[in-house]
Amino acid sequence: MKSLQRSFKELLRYPSAVASLAIILVLLIVSAYTLIAIPYGEAIVLWRGGENIWYQSPKNAPPAWTNFFTSKKLVETMIFNTDDEDINKTYEVSEAGNQTVTFEFPIDYQFDTFPQELTLFTKGTFVEKAPFISIVLVTPDGREIRITDFAVQKTGTYRFSQDDRLARRVGNQFPHEAIFAQPGSDPLVPLKGEYVMKLSLVTFEADSDVDAELVVYGQVYGIAGTDHLRRDLKVALLWGIPVALAFGLLAALGTTITTMSISAIGTWYGGWVDELIQRITEVNLVLPLLPILIMVGTFYDRSIWTILGVTILFSIFGGGIKTYRAIFMQVKESPYIEAARAYGAGSGRIIFQYLVPRIIPMLIPQLVTLIPSYVFLEASLAVLGLGDPVLPTWGKVIQDAQSNGALYQGLYYWVLEPAVLLMLTGLAFAMLGFSLDRVFNPRLRGI
Amino acid sequence: MTENNVVVDTRTEHKEGKLLTIENLQVWFELRRFGFGNAGYVKAVDGVNFDLHYGEAIAVVGESGCGKSSLMKTILGLNIPTRGEVTFDGTKISGMGTKGLKWYRSQVGYVQQDPFGALAPFMTVERILEEPLIINGVKSKTERLRRIHKTMEEVKMFPVDDFLNKFPHMLSGGQQQRVVIARAMIMEPKIIVADEPVSMLDASVRVEILKLMRGLQETHNLAMIFITHDLSTVRFFSERIFVMYAGKMVEKSPVDELLDDPRHPYTLALLAASPEPDAANAHTYKEVPPGEPPSLVTPPPGCRFHPRCPHVIKGLCDEKEPPEFLTGPEHYTACWLFQSEQA
Repeated sequence: MKSLQRSFKELLRYPSAVASLAIILVLLIVSAYTLIAIPYGEAIVLWRGGENIWYQSPKNAPPAWTNFFTSKKLVETMIFNTDDEDINKTYEVSEAGNQTVTFEFPIDYQFDTFPQELTLFTKGTFVEKAPFISIVLVTPDGREIRITDFAVQKTGTYRFSQDDRLARRVGNQFPHEAIFAQPGSDPLVPLKGEYVMKLSLVTFEADSDVDAELVVYGQVYGIAGTDHLRRDLKVALLWGIPVALAFGLLAALGTTITTMSISAIGTWYGGWVDELIQRITEVNLVLPLLPILIMVGTFYDRSIWTILGVTILFSIFGGGIKTYRAIFMQVKESPYIEAARAYGAGSGRIIFQYLVPRIIPMLIPQLVTLIPSYVFLEASLAVLGLGDPVLPTWGKVIQDAQSNGALYQGLYYWVLEPAVLLMLTGLAFAMLGFSLDRVFNPRLRGI
Repeated sequence: MTENNVVVDTRTEHKEGKLLTIENLQVWFELRRFGFGNAGYVKAVDGVNFDLHYGEAIAVVGESGCGKSSLMKTILGLNIPTRGEVTFDGTKISGMGTKGLKWYRSQVGYVQQDPFGALAPFMTVERILEEPLIINGVKSKTERLRRIHKTMEEVKMFPVDDFLNKFPHMLSGGQQQRVVIARAMIMEPKIIVADEPVSMLDASVRVEILKLMRGLQETHNLAMIFITHDLSTVRFFSERIFVMYAGKMVEKSPVDELLDDPRHPYTLALLAASPEPDAANAHTYKEVPPGEPPSLVTPPPGCRFHPRCPHVIKGLCDEKEPPEFLTGPEHYTACWLFQSEQA
């Protein structure tokens, strides 16, 4: 215990170790937060739920913080809903017994560009006669633009951009752009200010009402942006952290510990046991892991746990067997092992209490440097389309980006975000591994 | 002191008689060709006989590669004899089975040459001493600690608690060797096998360690097998001395008898080669037997020393292996030169 503490203190003398520990700590905190804030079930719904989960987000929108780096302020998504507290419906009953309902959506428009799209989602409550809605937009300079009027069905979607009549009214422009433009500008220049969207309803039945939701789709969204399916990339990027860490750690631990144990057993018993292990290793070393994993993914199962299992299975008899064997051969001949045999220690005890502890100091740095290689392996598989079909991971984000031409469309954020996270993880573990190596194997310090 | 006396009383039953008998012991290692196929044997120990009595200390002397380490490891139960038998207290160790062998190993303590290498670097002194107890089924931690304390006091490491949590690299060479001796003693063995126990130590600590071992031997009536090539410590240490050459015992004798009246030509050469601290010797040239020790795979026929022997008898020494001739009180020499004396 004391020696561990001392090693840790020594480790903190290396700035790279401190930096890597900080990165790993942040990754751990964020993954703990993710697992609590977006539990597995919710994450799956958010990532694979379908249009009715994602309808409120814009398509292919970069993250909102890109506004800090551009001179033009891009439109951020705004959502108005009659359920919101600050939206008040006023009810008036006319002489004919009809009821008029009016409500307003105040749009504070302070952007230098136009929204991607405007959509009004409506939900009518009625028995026979559908209520009738008319929409007017009041611009900051006092103009009133009549948008449309229609009978509200049980559910309805009105897309501003697809209204041809509105397009004609605003001078054959894209309606969702023209209504926010300075009159007469060509090309269109946005008019900043307070817009008010006035919606008035006429209902023909006693309990008839309409709930409405207006979504102004921005050009930027959230802290991570969205993809081609309007999905919030935040979900995949956040969930990618625990998945990557768990995969890397489990694979590294699983392979290192079993490899070391097998190597120790082979070296200790020698003879045909050692021969067998060495021959299996030599055969296994020439087998390519990636094609085998692709085969397993294509023909059997793409679950991350299957892939993890196969990865561990094929990595056990890897180069590590040979490296550890070289060390064990040396330790095996130590006088203290001979002494242990002389006082009656059994083979099992000698292997696990006398041989193995000797190489733990060499093992820990190797294990830590091995973690990112498995994280990258998982990402590579996902990029090749063999990622886990359910779990959101970094590799899958990159694959989506690639298959939807993200770079061709200039959507750099889509590729860069997961790539940066991957590199950060790799960097952190690699730096930690190198520092640990220097602490545990002081001969390397000069290098 | 009173406590020590109690220990002595409970442990030493000054038994007489044979404790360990070695009969015609052969330890051969097979040489392989291309990983399989026999390419001969390394005859490390080739026909060794001797008895070891309770409480007796013997020294096995010989140059490097003469088979003394293989002999020692066979006595420890680490090598399996090719032929011959090791009998401990009336029981043959080849017929002991796994459990019996474990018990036998607890009865034989092992003190190694290099004290630092003999101690696992990642274990504390407490753990090092605890291991043999755990392995031999001492379940209770308090009992284990009691025995560790007792043994540590016997090897004179005071105060015991200051040492228990130390790692071997924190101890001096002498302290390390004391821990090695404590580990050998902790199972209260009947025999201690010591492989050049002081050759890696500073001259200043050698005497102390030797005195300590001699003291332990006397208090516990331990039999001791002392393997060395340093003849200067032999007289201090042991009652009998065996000279080994190329896998065979060439001379067996009480220490004083052998040092005063060495018989075998090899023993003579060995004694002549040991340095005497005298300034006058700076310019003297010592005669050493010509040639190298023979190959243990194909040893010379007859007496193994004959190619290097200055007194070789043609037609006898190079053809027939010499039996052991009695050349003095309890003094046996395997050399044809003493054929007549026998008769």
